[in-house]
Amino acid sequence: MTTAATTTGSPADGALAVAAIVLSLLVAAWALVAALRHRPPDRMQLIGLGVLELLLLGLVLVTAVALADGERPGEPGSFFGYLVTLVCLPPLAAVLARMEPTRWGSAIVCAVCLVTPVVVVRLQQTWQVLGG
Amino acid sequence: MAELSTARPRTNAGPGRLLIAVYLLFAIAASSRAALQIATRFDEAPLAYLLSALAAIVYVVAAVGLARAGHAGRRIALACCALELVGVVGVGAVSLARPDLFPDETVWSGFGSGYGYIPLVLPVLGLAWLRHTRRRAAGAPS
Repeated sequence: MTTAATTTGSPADGALAVAAIVLSLLVAAWALVAALRHRPPDRMQLIGLGVLELLLLGLVLVTAVALADGERPGEPGSFFGYLVTLVCLPPLAAVLARMEPTRWGSAIVCAVCLVTPVVVVRLQQTWQVLGG
Repeated sequence: MAELSTARPRTNAGPGRLLIAVYLLFAIAASSRAALQIATRFDEAPLAYLLSALAAIVYVVAAVGLARAGHAGRRIALACCALELVGVVGVGAVSLARPDLFPDETVWSGFGSGYGYIPLVLPVLGLAWLRHTRRRAAGAPS
């Protein structure tokens, strides 16, 4: 029953989403430094990916609660597509990083962690109903 | 003869693996987008959505080609990268010249501007990588 001036109320807009974006960018920066220093993916990168995955799963949980409350995304098809893609990204990065124990493994982690914030933002956009 | 088999061009290690990862991401993005567009509103822009589907297939096949390495994989990857380059430049040009033909976005419209121009850069990197690995694997008679 939030009838505030801003009609957001999207579950993908909270502190959890902000934390996921910030952490993802931090891991990307860390992995970039590792790649530039010819270092394979280290423990920090894998831990970062693990925590990121937990945050994203938290986002799924918050979304599920909102859905149970009767809220609905503006573009359901895209929204759930992005949501499923999102939770697959950190595991994908981790698997590929383990397959490539060279600087390029770190580069893969960096690339995936740059894509993740974009998907989070798209997730937020597809929740809101576009006027018109 | 044994040297021939060990001198196989490896397209699926080192930087190639990063390339495969990015191709995978684009395969996911393009195919889910195309599937959604075709399933929910195909009538609105059939040409754009069919092109989205084509782009999706090309990304998937290119990723598989690069990952499989070997000669067949290389040939497949080469064909896909070339097709991608033609597609992104062609669709990009047409989408600017005749916007009415593309009422909705595809991965390739505006030279991939909706995706940070990565669709334009990716096939070039792919072709460069194929060229690079072929040179390194030289010694085997063509």
